[in-house]
Amino acid sequence: MPVLRKLLPKVSLASTLGLALLLVSCASESGGLQSQKIDLIKGRGKLICGVDGKLPGFSFVGSDGAYSGLDVDVCKAVAASLLGDPAKVDYRDLNSSERFAALASGEVDMLSRNTTATLTRDAAGGNALSFAPTTFYDGQGVMVAASSGVKSLKDLAGKPICVESGTTTELNLADRMRELKATYTPLKFQTGDQTYAAYLQGRCLAVTSDRSQLAAKRTSFPDPSAHLLLGEVLSKEPLTPATTNADPVWSDAVRWSVYALMQAEELGITKANVAAKLAQAKANPNQADLRRFLGVEGDFGKTLGLPADFVVKEIAAVGNYGEVFDRNVGPGSKLKLDRGLNRQWSQGGLIYSPPFR
Amino acid sequence: MAGRLSASPPWWQNRRLVPWLVQAAVGLVLVVVIAFLLGNLVRNLSAAGLLLSWRWLGQPASFDIAESLLPFSASDPYWRGLLAGLVNTLRVVGLGFVGSTLLGTLVGSASFSSNGLVKRLARIYVEVIRNIPLLLQLVFWYFVVFLALPNGAAAIQLPGIVLAKSGLFLPGFEGGLHWTGPSLVDGVWQAPLRFTPEFGALLTGLVVYTAAFIAEVVRGGIAAVPKGQWEAATSLGLGPLLSLRRIIIPQALRVIVPGLNTQYISLAKNSSLAVACGYTDLYSVAETSLNQTGRAIEVIVILLAAYLAIDLVISLVMNGLNRLVQIKER
Repeated sequence: MPVLRKLLPKVSLASTLGLALLLVSCASESGGLQSQKIDLIKGRGKLICGVDGKLPGFSFVGSDGAYSGLDVDVCKAVAASLLGDPAKVDYRDLNSSERFAALASGEVDMLSRNTTATLTRDAAGGNALSFAPTTFYDGQGVMVAASSGVKSLKDLAGKPICVESGTTTELNLADRMRELKATYTPLKFQTGDQTYAAYLQGRCLAVTSDRSQLAAKRTSFPDPSAHLLLGEVLSKEPLTPATTNADPVWSDAVRWSVYALMQAEELGITKANVAAKLAQAKANPNQADLRRFLGVEGDFGKTLGLPADFVVKEIAAVGNYGEVFDRNVGPGSKLKLDRGLNRQWSQGGLIYSPPFR
Repeated sequence: MAGRLSASPPWWQNRRLVPWLVQAAVGLVLVVVIAFLLGNLVRNLSAAGLLLSWRWLGQPASFDIAESLLPFSASDPYWRGLLAGLVNTLRVVGLGFVGSTLLGTLVGSASFSSNGLVKRLARIYVEVIRNIPLLLQLVFWYFVVFLALPNGAAAIQLPGIVLAKSGLFLPGFEGGLHWTGPSLVDGVWQAPLRFTPEFGALLTGLVVYTAAFIAEVVRGGIAAVPKGQWEAATSLGLGPLLSLRRIIIPQALRVIVPGLNTQYISLAKNSSLAVACGYTDLYSVAETSLNQTGRAIEVIVILLAAYLAIDLVISLVMNGLNRLVQIKER
């Protein structure tokens, strides 16, 4: 016992010192164009991107072990623009509850994980995130078994509904049911897998999430045609990549890397013709817009802390926004989602890049 | 000879002074480090505009809780939600103590059975359950056992009791003194008393898991009583049950109670795995609150304080019990 008593202060001292070092290393990073985050990523040679990993069409690990999806392509585009290579990405699967902590602690450089942009998440007094442009305009839906006879949200009064905890959908469900003055039983699970497993086992009459996610998950159900989405849309869900507020230079680099995908679609630059467009821009000094966009003249890249040809690298890697959409969730995929709100602004959609100027 | 004794040793060999100095130095360093850590925390939090604030506790939670002993609705404030979560945790922990103690004592005593089959079964139970992670067991109980039950009219029905996918339904008094049994209304079972499958899976998982450890504590306690005590009891003419009650158990308890304390504390802490089977315990409510408010540090502090308080109360009670069963010097 006396030995123990002598040892104890030493042990607690050592652990407290360790803790101190940990906290000091967490001290806030400073801004300026010298971005610590960008330097860190360049030094590491890899972008660490937080994704869902279990959502077909958005981020999903295929049978060959490779990630694919719209969210994954955004990670690849950012890696291509900063590091020149879309393969230089490490993916981290995060659940809804882990994602903000992982981002805030610097475990991931950015989130591209079907995350809804909201005031609380953006605000410095809330989660203090910095949102990039929305990559998928979605709305919350409800899925029920076709055999259940449920036609609208009202029919779900008094019934159990499965929902993933820590999501905006959990809140919207509570708000809409309050409006309908209907009681219901929310069954909350920590991961999407558990949520959908409980729904498929028949514990809940309905499951609620973003409509795109429901459509995506349904493709992996044993019998997709036995489940249908209710017509009601419960909320706006702009799914948006995010970084932290701590490094504005890095946040801007991500923001404009995403805008570049949208601008490229507007300008008709595709994965197939980007090399030709670049040659054309180089040959023709009068096409100032195109020359600036592709980094032939001007210093867009430098002002963002990115290489001058970041747009060319991105488009060569993943294609423009329209190509990314079609390949992962649109006609070229199992999900076959309509472009809907995700059309270019010129076609009545919400995809709109500010000018590259 | 006398000169050597009277010459006092140098101060660094002073057996009373040196330990005192070392302790003072370590204590001082500790205070400085803690002050630095707290200062660092406050500095960085205020730089990020995130100074601790508890005002959000009074705002409406705007989420629902699936099952709650306290009446709770989405318009109630966060603190009520957290309280409802705490009550749910205490409910499963309290029933878990009773269940795991009964099952653990049964299995622990069964290892001394003269019946070879009972003895073997008890050993197999302990070895299988102890060596599988609790999280896996909870997922098993919930998804494989409870959610595999039939629903609606096909549910398992005994007189007054119904076991369905939507839960265990028991009869009780409703609307004054009107004895009501479970009834099927519109394809959904209704009853005065209802336990959800989430609660059932968590309670079963915790009881089965903790009982395996308690069985070992009980087995150790009984084995610690010398064989001579049994023989002495028999020679006094006491039957096996009476000798167990009057001679063996009082002596075994001295060994068992401190071990039980540890098991009860782990049961209380393990209850936070509830989220694996969808039960709304304190941790689950806290997690939802954290995600909505972004108040990570405050929520974690509340969680830490709550679990610490629960465990300290358990320790206090068990230490009291321990004092009761110790040998009283007369």
